[in-house]
Amino acid sequence: MSMAQAIERFVPDGSTVALGVALEPLIPFAAGHEIIRQQRRNLELVGPISDSLFDQLIGAGCVRRVTAAWVGNVSEGLAHCYRRACEQEVPRALEVRDHSNFSISLALWAAAWNVPSLPTRTLLGSDILRTNPDLSTVDDLVEVKAVRPDVAIVHVQRADELGRAHAWGPLGISEEAGLAAGRIVISCEELVDASVTLSDPNRILFPETKVAAVVHEPGCAHPSPVQGFFKRDHAFHRDYADRSRTVEGFDAWLREWVLDVPDRGEYLKRVDAEALRIKQHRPSVPSDFGYE
Amino acid sequence: MSEEFTPQELMVAVASREIRDGDVVFVGMRLPILAYAVARNSHAPQARGLFEVGLMRDQPASAFLGTMGDPPNVAGALWATRMSNAMALMAQGEVDLGFIGGAEVDRFGNLNTSYVGDPRRPKVKLPGSGGGADIAILSRRWVTLMSHEPRRLVEKVSFVTSPGYGDGSPGWRKRNGLLGGGPVAIITTLGVLRFPEGGGEAYLASVHPGHAVDEVVAQTGWPLQVSDRVSETSAPTDSELAAIRLFDPEGFWTRS
Repeated sequence: MSMAQAIERFVPDGSTVALGVALEPLIPFAAGHEIIRQQRRNLELVGPISDSLFDQLIGAGCVRRVTAAWVGNVSEGLAHCYRRACEQEVPRALEVRDHSNFSISLALWAAAWNVPSLPTRTLLGSDILRTNPDLSTVDDLVEVKAVRPDVAIVHVQRADELGRAHAWGPLGISEEAGLAAGRIVISCEELVDASVTLSDPNRILFPETKVAAVVHEPGCAHPSPVQGFFKRDHAFHRDYADRSRTVEGFDAWLREWVLDVPDRGEYLKRVDAEALRIKQHRPSVPSDFGYE
Repeated sequence: MSEEFTPQELMVAVASREIRDGDVVFVGMRLPILAYAVARNSHAPQARGLFEVGLMRDQPASAFLGTMGDPPNVAGALWATRMSNAMALMAQGEVDLGFIGGAEVDRFGNLNTSYVGDPRRPKVKLPGSGGGADIAILSRRWVTLMSHEPRRLVEKVSFVTSPGYGDGSPGWRKRNGLLGGGPVAIITTLGVLRFPEGGGEAYLASVHPGHAVDEVVAQTGWPLQVSDRVSETSAPTDSELAAIRLFDPEGFWTRS
């Protein structure tokens, strides 16, 4: 399935969408850009930190609510579209449900385990408790209400056609986001035979029963990094931070990098992908799944 | 006195000295990534770094990091895992020291990284907690770094994202169920503020070379207490500077 088809089918207007759940790496920017091109509206975004992807979706007017721990540009600081939405309702008003990284993880684990909430000691003494209606204090513990995304979009290094996804490196909150979601869209650098994924079932990220679509989308995560495939493009993040300071600058950036770009293949021709490609490989030692 | 250095290089050196040998350090982002590398290469060879993305390391990455999740930070890690596992260690009191970046701080070490002004219609929407609130509440001790300006070191923060010592009354953290010990230092571009044992109000402990006590007091948004033993912050040593420049060769964090 193409990314355009996956977004068309699985991210309707009004959806709650989990994105960027591995934190800084593996952020599915190509999926976000397709959401923008298809002019989705009234989305709720769920994630830990998102880097600049949430900022782009907010600036493009796709988002009604953000449920997240942090929305910014990790190496550059403030998120300018997010600021304009919260401070001036430009391009539209935005509801924010603040979390910490720990509490958004717990909210997703609660949904994954099908319980209304989970208790924690984090956030005691924080004003986040006062502004987010999904958080309450009971018996000196904080109850974190479950957050259930309609869909989680997760980029990985490799997957097979049936949705068995192998991801490596730090996972952030990928597992709880996928298990909490109604369904999962997998995007992958390499589409591989099932004999590859099934050779290492410990590395399979999600049950295939949850996976609704697999999109072979190399370079999906640019400018975020993919272990073994791509370095992070720091200069691209800096350029986005500079240009998104004004509405006009953001609109021009959006045209250049999203609206006037038909798909990821064309996008990758416009960046120096070779300079970012990881060339010195460090494969792990295979595990032995022998049984007799 | 060693060669010339930038304010950021001094802040990294000072932050690295907060790391004790054997500490498990919740590293965070930006300057503390360098501080961990400097400490690990000098006085704290047994310090481990824990990163909320889901990593533990016992040595600095061997190439520049723009974020904790960059590929060089994963290669050679002791543990690549999920975030909730890193948070589990902190919830058990096994993180000795955490670093948090701040936009606003008050005299009791309460940090704001969420909203300037009314949260319903903020004057400035800041990025939010990230892991900051978790570190502030759960790590055994923590340190924040920020630019020293009256609009940042304020009488009252608009919003407490990451609690320090609350209203400053004795036992505030314990009464409110906060597990960790609280902030021990605010490292700024002008000096180092510290807190009394057991918490309370910050005082000026040292002033960076080239700056004066009066200047630091004037740049602070509350009447800053000054220690009787206020000293000059030790400049970065040659070996500290060499380590900083090894891990930030282009000056991405420390010279821009």
